Amino acid sequence: MSGLLDWFDARFPLRKVAHEHALSYYSPKNFNAWYYFGSLAILVLFMQIVTGIFLTMHYKPDSQLAFASVEYIMRDVPWGWLIRYLHSTGASLMFVIIYLHMFRSLMYGSFHRPRELLWIIGSIIFVALMAEAFMGYLLPWGNMSYWGAQVIISLFTAIPYVGDALAQWIRGDFVIGDATLNRFFAFHVVLVPMLLLLLVFLHMVALHKVGSNNPEGIEIKLHRDENGIPLDGIPFHPYYTVKDLVGVVLFTFVYLGIVFFVPDMGGWFLEPDNFQVANTFHTPPDIKPLWYFTPFYSILRAVTYPLFGVAAKFWGVLSMGMSIGMIFLLPWLDRSPVRSILYKSPIFTWALGIFVVTFIMLGYLGGKNPSHTDLLFFTNVVWSQIGYFLYFGFFLLMPVYSKLGIVKTVGTRVQSK
Amino acid sequence: MRNWLIILGFTLMPGLSMAQENSVKLDSVKIDHDDKPSLQRGAKLFVNYCLSCHSAAYMRYNRMAKDLDIPKRLVEQYMMFTADKIGGLMKSNMPPEEAKRAFGTVPPDLTLIARSRTPEWIYTYLRSFYRDKTSPSGWNNIVFPQVAMPFILYRLQGVQSAVFDKDKTTGAKRFDKYELVQKGAMTPQEYAVAMRDLTNYLAYMAEPAKIVRHHIGRYAMVFLGLLLVLVVLLKHEYWRDVK
Repeated sequence: MSGLLDWFDARFPLRKVAHEHALSYYSPKNFNAWYYFGSLAILVLFMQIVTGIFLTMHYKPDSQLAFASVEYIMRDVPWGWLIRYLHSTGASLMFVIIYLHMFRSLMYGSFHRPRELLWIIGSIIFVALMAEAFMGYLLPWGNMSYWGAQVIISLFTAIPYVGDALAQWIRGDFVIGDATLNRFFAFHVVLVPMLLLLLVFLHMVALHKVGSNNPEGIEIKLHRDENGIPLDGIPFHPYYTVKDLVGVVLFTFVYLGIVFFVPDMGGWFLEPDNFQVANTFHTPPDIKPLWYFTPFYSILRAVTYPLFGVAAKFWGVLSMGMSIGMIFLLPWLDRSPVRSILYKSPIFTWALGIFVVTFIMLGYLGGKNPSHTDLLFFTNVVWSQIGYFLYFGFFLLMPVYSKLGIVKTVGTRVQSK
Repeated sequence: MRNWLIILGFTLMPGLSMAQENSVKLDSVKIDHDDKPSLQRGAKLFVNYCLSCHSAAYMRYNRMAKDLDIPKRLVEQYMMFTADKIGGLMKSNMPPEEAKRAFGTVPPDLTLIARSRTPEWIYTYLRSFYRDKTSPSGWNNIVFPQVAMPFILYRLQGVQSAVFDKDKTTGAKRFDKYELVQKGAMTPQEYAVAMRDLTNYLAYMAEPAKIVRHHIGRYAMVFLGLLLVLVVLLKHEYWRDVK
């Protein structure tokens, strides 16, 4: 066995890589459950690729055949329904995981120096995931697939001068059609997955260069023993491989529970309107994106006033782009001297709490009719405008409020395991 | 600007029509994919009444036979009016152009109707037809006003008329109750049971895999429960030396 390993090692850095990235890669010993989501995101990415490969074996990217081919998978392909539900549920759960993964960073200041680039790569992954999900949603060619894509792509027409030409270039036609479906299929199964794999690889390389942050925000590399091993670090393997296994089983419980018992999740993961084939003459009652896009969709619809002679739609699209762009800027917006919420001033905790409530509210409103009143007192559009200011306020005022208040003194060593 | 208005229109206008449809209270219906007798009765109604005009173009006869425990011989003899081979799809015999001439619109495919409309909607819809001399077909429906479909099941339910009154605050025309003007082959109770069977069948047809997925799901959950105990013990064993 060791002879075989030696043979490999003479030709490939096998032991070196195993040591640098697992056996002698030291992680802080105090990770809590929030640290499951990184490995879970990789698990779901893997699941999406494997189930996706099997789906392409029977799916037909053709506007005349696509819808029927999905039903063929659901009925006539052995275990096709399972593969398809694993893929559709996996898409939604990927966003659950990524949102929680990002929230973890917000709580523990994981984007602080020296992890800015790690955060930026992660943010690019988030944008790539949004593109992947948006294009994948067109493929079943249901009525909501069609009209959702129609509305979102027509947003590009808001860009002055070049908008119409740009939207037409994206669609490959004057309307969403076969050309659009085929190019979205190509992007969804080849281009974006390759980009995602590359970005995830870079995310891991950057992580292993700077090392993981932890709930206390203490840099474990600053305190080492005589052999240079961090005093508060433990090797990733076997400690975190066995611990992440617990997270994997817990997550699979939820994942398969949804797949086997509530795959449409009451219309949240699979919408009723999408069980009708795309129909250019029949608009669904409420065109809305799936739940993971609704916070940003709310921000888009919150802008109802034209400014400087340019239509409101343009400012809505710009705001939506900026709301995603804000995420990238986080490492330079947070001026707090400490990383973790455990040591930050209560002002930051309150701001983060309000932000979470705002984000959930925007998400809720994004799936509702703007002119209705589903919350207290005001119509949905007014609430989304309130949410708009709170959302941007959280980011743009952060350089000010993150410096306010009294922070607790951070120790030099991690307190608990 | 024009595009923005279109988008706004899409989001607002249908919301209003939605509000209109929502004003009808939908009756709850018991969907049970293990109730084979109910599914079989529903399938009988479906092939005899619905399939003449509507298709279920993603569903195969032999899948129905297998899932509902109906012998293939019986399906071939008594249920296959529209296909030659039992592996064939449940397609209507009515050509779309002819259907359009008869009804003004092509009847929608019913394979997935229970997933796009919900079983409650179907169950209520099938019991909400009433005589309306002003409509082209002579029928109207409380759940789906001005529906193009003539009430094909009137021989079973009989003929209903709808009684309207006025809303006290708004003065708008409001549905009050039905009156049976002509008796059908079934009593109202029998008809309700028959429509529950038909709805149950449509719910099954919208997702045949549901029967098997619930079954396997239970085993998967038990397996994961046991696996969770093992991995938690494994983790504690490995972490014993971490202080």
